[in-house]
Amino acid sequence: MKEMGIRFILMVNKQGQTRLAQYYEWLTLEERRALEGEIVRKCLARNEQQCSFVEHRNYKIVYRRYASLFFLVGVENDENELAILEFIHLLVETMDRHFGNVCELDIMFHLEKAHFMLEEMVMNGSIVETSKANILSPIQLMEKAS
Amino acid sequence: MEQLKTIGRELAMGSQGGFYQSKEFLDLVKSIGEARSKAEEDRIVLGEIETLKRRVSEPDIPKRKMKEYILRLVYVEMLGHDASFGYIHAVKMTHDDSLLVKRTGYLAVTLFLNEDHDLIILIVNTIQKDLKSDNYLVVCAALNAVCKLINEETIPAVLPQVVDLLAHPKEAVRKKAIMALHRFYQKSPSSVSHLVSNFRKRLCDNDPGVMGATLCPLFELVSTDVNSYKDLVISFVSILKQVAERRLPKAYDYHQMPAPFIQIKLLKILALLGSGDKQASENMYTVVGDIFRKCDSSSNIGNAVLYECICCVSSIYPNPKLLESAADAISRFLKSDSHNLKYMGIDALGRLIKISPEIAEQHQLAVIDCLEDPDDTLKRKTFELLYKMTKSTNVEVIVDRMIDYMISINDNHYKTEIASRCVELAEQFAPSNQWFIQIMNKVFEHAGDLVNIKVAHNLMRLIAEGFGEDDDSADSQLRSSAVDSYLHILGEPKIPSVFLQLICWVLGEYGTADGKYSASYITGKLSDVAEAYSNDETVKAYAVTALMKIYAFEIAAGRKVDMLPECQSLMEQFLASHSTDLQQRAYELQAVIGLDAHAVESIMPSDASCEDIEVDKALSFLNGYIQDSIEKGAQPYIPESERSGMLNISNFRNQDHHGASSHGLKFEAYELPKQTVQSRIPPATLASTEFVPVPEPMSVRESYPTTIVPSASSDAESTELKLRLDGVQKKWGRQTHSPATSTSSSTSKKTVNGIKQVDGSNTSNSSTWETYDSRKHVEINSEKQKLAASLFGGSSKTEKKPATGHKISKPSSHMVEKSHVRKSSMEIASEKKALVHQPPDLLDFGEPTVQSSDPPSVDPFKELEGLLEPTTQLGSTAAAATNSPDIMGLFTETPGGTHNKDDSDILSSLSKQPVTNMVGGATSTQVAQSSKGPNRKDSLEKDSLVRQMGVTPSSPNPNLFKDLLG
Repeated sequence: MKEMGIRFILMVNKQGQTRLAQYYEWLTLEERRALEGEIVRKCLARNEQQCSFVEHRNYKIVYRRYASLFFLVGVENDENELAILEFIHLLVETMDRHFGNVCELDIMFHLEKAHFMLEEMVMNGSIVETSKANILSPIQLMEKAS
Repeated sequence: MEQLKTIGRELAMGSQGGFYQSKEFLDLVKSIGEARSKAEEDRIVLGEIETLKRRVSEPDIPKRKMKEYILRLVYVEMLGHDASFGYIHAVKMTHDDSLLVKRTGYLAVTLFLNEDHDLIILIVNTIQKDLKSDNYLVVCAALNAVCKLINEETIPAVLPQVVDLLAHPKEAVRKKAIMALHRFYQKSPSSVSHLVSNFRKRLCDNDPGVMGATLCPLFELVSTDVNSYKDLVISFVSILKQVAERRLPKAYDYHQMPAPFIQIKLLKILALLGSGDKQASENMYTVVGDIFRKCDSSSNIGNAVLYECICCVSSIYPNPKLLESAADAISRFLKSDSHNLKYMGIDALGRLIKISPEIAEQHQLAVIDCLEDPDDTLKRKTFELLYKMTKSTNVEVIVDRMIDYMISINDNHYKTEIASRCVELAEQFAPSNQWFIQIMNKVFEHAGDLVNIKVAHNLMRLIAEGFGEDDDSADSQLRSSAVDSYLHILGEPKIPSVFLQLICWVLGEYGTADGKYSASYITGKLSDVAEAYSNDETVKAYAVTALMKIYAFEIAAGRKVDMLPECQSLMEQFLASHSTDLQQRAYELQAVIGLDAHAVESIMPSDASCEDIEVDKALSFLNGYIQDSIEKGAQPYIPESERSGMLNISNFRNQDHHGASSHGLKFEAYELPKQTVQSRIPPATLASTEFVPVPEPMSVRESYPTTIVPSASSDAESTELKLRLDGVQKKWGRQTHSPATSTSSSTSKKTVNGIKQVDGSNTSNSSTWETYDSRKHVEINSEKQKLAASLFGGSSKTEKKPATGHKISKPSSHMVEKSHVRKSSMEIASEKKALVHQPPDLLDFGEPTVQSSDPPSVDPFKELEGLLEPTTQLGSTAAAATNSPDIMGLFTETPGGTHNKDDSDILSSLSKQPVTNMVGGATSTQVAQSSKGPNRKDSLEKDSLVRQMGVTPSSPNPNLFKDLLG
């Protein structure tokens, strides 16, 4: 299991409450809980002038804040941080195209859709799709079908 | 009321394309959203678990309902609680005919289960069936699950189907099939080794999405075996060229960059393929150069690609022109105001200096700024850079800095890392041994418990061996100064164990060597240590052994030994210690004190820790004794391999009752002691009560057992006297040092680290550094320049500090009213051209007003309703109004609501070009609104419905809604 660029993607609000969690390596419930607590504390304590990257143990967290929602991506040390930062933005743009003025509640109410989008964009911890049309088309087709 | 709710629900379904949500679900989301503390959230989730346990076991649940339950289970797990009671229902849901329900089932299963879960076996069948489906979306859903749930054993069950799908007419399926194969490769390379050629084939897929995905497995394959993929260099280069020339569909563009994520992946692959390969690299020069030129350095994504280019250029065979471009890009990064870009710049610099070390010099001031930045991330990155550029001329400054930083942080993970780096650099580049010892002392003092014990052993060895030249006076000076510094350090309140061990050892060996300190002074200090750290047995053991050495040296020198009263009481304590190791040492000490000067000198020669010890592994000196014993009727030694259990026992009896055979205990009654230590010890030896060499560390036994480096401690020392504690020690002694350690220390004669470089120029450097310290607050700039000079060794005038005064659009300027913001941001926008160099502040997502937000803009729903008001065509508005008139009243109180909405949703930042991110939020959002996907009205409807359905804030200012605005 070598090339695991992205280890996890988290969406957490300002209060540190998890809004979405997707792990690309298996962690137990306790491990997830501990990890989320630790890194959220770390990232939320930082100010806006500081880097959007934080080293944590043997990997890095790239994070970006949108309104009250933080997007945190855990990556291997040799990942291109700036690219991950833009990947987060692409994800938000994609959600925005789908939901229209996406907000925290949209993600909460449509958790599965947010996950479906991630499933299209990231597989095995690697970015596989970056075209918004391709990402969204399965979801749109499913909506039509049901 | 009921009716309204039903209408609302139907509408919700309509507008959400059938993503059905019940009131219960909405309530759950609402209450989780409004929870103010983790405890409250936990309470809600625990209640939810109870509800769900009841619900999922009800008969005949409609599948939509079930889907919702499963999602609620996902919530339960996401919030940290166990939902295993519902896993089986998620598994069942994967059988559903409805695509949406099925995919939700798969999603839940991948979130809940790991690949080794028992339930997986139930899913494999479903997956197999779904992989054959006519509906390609079903196939895709199954392939997603394959990537997450298939383990090594189940690969064969799906492999043939996955391989077939590589040729599926739908590109989405091919893409996912490639990734599934990639997953199999990660799990078990051998299972798909014969299929690896498929990756090469798919690289040429007509669909750019499939090609892009194929780069992931190829990257991994290339990084494990570069040489097998050299033939693909041309293909990768041509793909990259086409991407850069915008030959890919527009849909892959991101912020005007053509498929940047694909470009980055390709550059990573090329970096691997071109590393150390001139021919391959030459194929890449043109395209990489093109990308350097084409990258828009004013956008984040442009810079991300630029950074990847730098990485590539510094990995492949060097090309002067590309190196120049890389250096330019780096200097742009470093000059930027954005911390993110500075970080990338420092990282890139660290890569490039390996090839062109001279480029570090022109950035020295920028580097020092980063080093002194309060941002920890940036600081660490800079330390990493310094670590990479350390040489003998700047090692002192760098290591000093590192140590200061190490002292200041609490994060043990990083503390350990930086401590080991300090040690490494100090060992490699130390200008003098004196300095080395000082640095080591600092490392031990502040991170002693985090560094490897070997580091301490290295230092002991260094002190013992000295310079390795025939300069005895310098050596003894070194030792004296070590002793001085340690006696001083002992005054500190809390010293890490490893450091204390080191101190005790040095004091024992050299405490009295130069005659400066009396034996009673040193022994007093040592017994203080043993007293003060009475629960650290290792330290106590080191202290006792050190005491023994001091006394031995005294006796050997013909002086009378007067044991201090505190030492005596300590000894009494240790003689009765529960630790056999301590006990043994104490007895040894007692025995040594009783010997005459000659005997002591031969068993404890002074400063002999480096002497070679000859080891007679065959124990030939015992031959006479054995001969005697055998003649007296003792049984000869039988090698272990030839020994049977019975023999073993009879040996055992024989040994133990040698000379007392009349004893009537029946040993046969006991279990066979198969693994006993005794069985490994030659019976002849055991029969003896005179010498008891320990089985393993025997290597260090003979000749000069005592002065062995203390890490050999218990085992080595136990050999000295007649105590038969060895076997016990092996079995029970907690402090037993592994034989490995003892051997390593006994071989201490090997040449040590390369601490032989003495560099004259360093003295001047360190003095520069001192002046730096003394003038700290007077002249910051010159101070930095000095630091720069000592780090980089060149003149520091080459570059001026990057201008930092250019921050027009920082949040503070947005504190003004919205309209002002709007206006001023327009102005700023016009100034933008002047600011091309200023990179976007990544976190300043145009929500400055949010930061400075005025209380009325708190509730997005209020704003939504406020927006809704002018467009009263919705029946639901009226409903809302009747429902909660007071809330409507609130909306009208916020006349700025319309604008506030801009700030309230995540969106505000999205619509902007990356450059305008820094400028301010309000400018372009309006444009975005008109052009965004589903129209604004829809989202308003959606939200107003949510309100009707009971998610209305229960208090005027509930947490959930406040959160959104920051």
